[in-house]
Amino acid sequence: MALLQISEPGMSAAPHQHKLAVGIDLGTTNSLVATVKSGMTTVLQDEHGHALLPSVVRYMPEGEVVVGHAAQAQQSNDPVNTIASAKRFMGRSLKDIADRAHIPYNFVDSSDSTKILQLQTRAGLKTPVEISAEILKTLKVRAEKSLGGELVGAVITVPAYFDDAQRQATKDAARLAGLNVLRLLNEPTAAAVAYGLDNAAEGTFVIYDLGGGTFDVSILKLTKGVFEVLATNGDSALGGDDFDHRIYCWILDKIRESTSNFSPLAESDTRLLLTKARQAKEWLTDNYEAQIVCRLSNATLVDVTLTSAQFVDLTQQLVIKTLSPTRKAMRDANLSLEEIKGVVLVGGATRMPQVRHAVEEYFKQTPLTNLDPDKVVALGAAIQANALVGNRSDNELLLLDVTPLSLGLETMGGLVERIIPRNSTLPVARAQDFTTYKDGQTAMSIQVVQGERELVADCRSLARFELRGIPPMVAGAARIRVTFQVDADGLLSVTAREQTNGVESHVVVKPSYGLREDEITLMLKSSFGNAESDKKARMLAEARVSAGAIINSVTLALVSDSNLISEQEKLAIETEIQKLRVITSTEDAVAINKAVDSLNHATEAFAAARMNASVSRALSGKEINTLNL
Amino acid sequence: MKQNYFELFGLKPIFNVELATLESNFRKIQSESHPDRFVTASSAEKLGAMQRATLANEAFLCIKNPADRAKYLLELQGITAISETNTAMPTDFLMQQMEWREATEDAVSAKDITALDRLLAEIRVEANSLQGCLVRLIDVQKDYVAATDTTRKLIFIDKVSEDINRAIEEIDI
Repeated sequence: MALLQISEPGMSAAPHQHKLAVGIDLGTTNSLVATVKSGMTTVLQDEHGHALLPSVVRYMPEGEVVVGHAAQAQQSNDPVNTIASAKRFMGRSLKDIADRAHIPYNFVDSSDSTKILQLQTRAGLKTPVEISAEILKTLKVRAEKSLGGELVGAVITVPAYFDDAQRQATKDAARLAGLNVLRLLNEPTAAAVAYGLDNAAEGTFVIYDLGGGTFDVSILKLTKGVFEVLATNGDSALGGDDFDHRIYCWILDKIRESTSNFSPLAESDTRLLLTKARQAKEWLTDNYEAQIVCRLSNATLVDVTLTSAQFVDLTQQLVIKTLSPTRKAMRDANLSLEEIKGVVLVGGATRMPQVRHAVEEYFKQTPLTNLDPDKVVALGAAIQANALVGNRSDNELLLLDVTPLSLGLETMGGLVERIIPRNSTLPVARAQDFTTYKDGQTAMSIQVVQGERELVADCRSLARFELRGIPPMVAGAARIRVTFQVDADGLLSVTAREQTNGVESHVVVKPSYGLREDEITLMLKSSFGNAESDKKARMLAEARVSAGAIINSVTLALVSDSNLISEQEKLAIETEIQKLRVITSTEDAVAINKAVDSLNHATEAFAAARMNASVSRALSGKEINTLNL
Repeated sequence: MKQNYFELFGLKPIFNVELATLESNFRKIQSESHPDRFVTASSAEKLGAMQRATLANEAFLCIKNPADRAKYLLELQGITAISETNTAMPTDFLMQQMEWREATEDAVSAKDITALDRLLAEIRVEANSLQGCLVRLIDVQKDYVAATDTTRKLIFIDKVSEDINRAIEEIDI
């Protein structure tokens, strides 16, 4: 497939102002990093010319960590310490993982369903977050080497159907890898951006994204530069890996048929057969039959032939499974098939002929496959990263994404009360009032769940929010307004305020899943070796970066919009800027951060005035900063 | 700057809004306000953007949905269309509701999605007719009392549609 180069007219900033930002596709099977350079969007390769980085991490006997092709090659030899498809375990607990018998890793047994998943490796206990961080680190190094500088930030893609726990885990992995996450971007939306810009497409499109471990279907309306998600649905536990698994089970059946004494497989055999299954699946894309030959560790010879007809038979149910979310998304978007201008296929698994046929049959049109399904997500992410750091001189690219799952609260009898419906455009907020049921009650606990079912038990528990510090009153007198906000990354945050006397109650968030703040700090410490001095250096660097950013943005704002404020305000702001400049040259991170806050505070009114002015300008059609090409 | 939702989008406060203008102005506002525009900005700007974009989304949904739009227009006139204390509806209307609910139950037991889709189409026709009335009552005659009754009917039948959609979801697993 030809190298995809998407160029955008007149978009790049002057070279010395160009900020280094990348888009990262952290995939189940393969990961990629891409960037926009001189107006061209490209996927970055490693020193061997590989664009794809297999999402495989191996913990070596000497303590080294190997990521990618080299790790993948040794999977069968070292199955317990070579972890693939860690994405399937992100934000999940042990009980979420179906069918562990066929996965060759050492999961730490835990009856506590809230405990984060851990794998036992020779390098100790590892969480999927740490494993994914290794992949991200490798891509960061690749990018910085290739671009010759430090990254300002990265856009990291996630399946649209990832819930809050899975998204938070992804952000945590990025933190561990030392990456500044500009945005978590939904994979179908990323693909739509790459596809839409490359083809100057307009209209309503469906993105059918079947990856290694996840399935997403998103429906987007594309107008010039604006990508609006109308509805999204999917299955975050359905992907190409499951097709491999069907073949694997079929092979096992064949082995059972032919041997009298079938002994349970060693882990290396499991890994070997899964690898062979995957190769057979890929082979059958272009061939009528695949021969699977290998020898197990107990000397049993496996020699079976799988035809494509048999493969289709084995996996038909999986393909059908993708159509239910597809129907639901169409329904939610209130669209008929005729209104769909095109269907874009994304993800390696869409190479399978039976998947293409099913999509074509359902939508009654030939799906669009002119972009490389492996690269399109990373490319879209790179385009957005480029826009977010301000390298584009216009304001044309706008992504309006949605939350994929409804958010609800637990009420009496284990029922869910929906507070934010699925497919709400982000950012979105909802307020809900609560009251106390006992005299003098000063605390309460609210459980938030994600999902579409009526019962709390059938939904995923997101977090238990403990509200403390409610002023003691008669039962039922308190009016606690709790505001639920979902941000552009799809992450939930909660604030609470007691209405009758305006006290902002202290909200303690106890997430049901995920790493706690102290656990992350510990991991960060241990991965940085010399904890104390490195930590201080990092804090200082971060403080300086944040000071630089705000000085830059406020200075620019004063140049263009100082007419919006009085001379006094302007002077006050300039004084704060000068103060901050001076403090930034010291080594005192705490003082720098304080001065940053001070400048922030001084510019609040100015920021609001600028916002109002720009909105008025936009509505009245007076664009002062677009280029008329 | 306390604007109502119509003012936010530069629209006249009428029921018969120009949806194309609404959508285009919504995009213009989001173009300026969306958090994506403020990724490297100060936290004051970030907070402002979040609030602005959230408000724009809320306002957009409200005006886009006919029942919510009508309810909002009445609110601007100081009238609360629906509350715990004014749920009374005319008998013939209630009869229609009951018929629809019974038909829904039957279709659900028979797992008949086609029948449910047919019901939704029927309800949509009724909704369109009510919307036509609202254009007349609110925009032309400014008869807000009559408009309130019609709005409540629209809100009710919207709820029936919602329930039918939920039922379809449960069947189509």
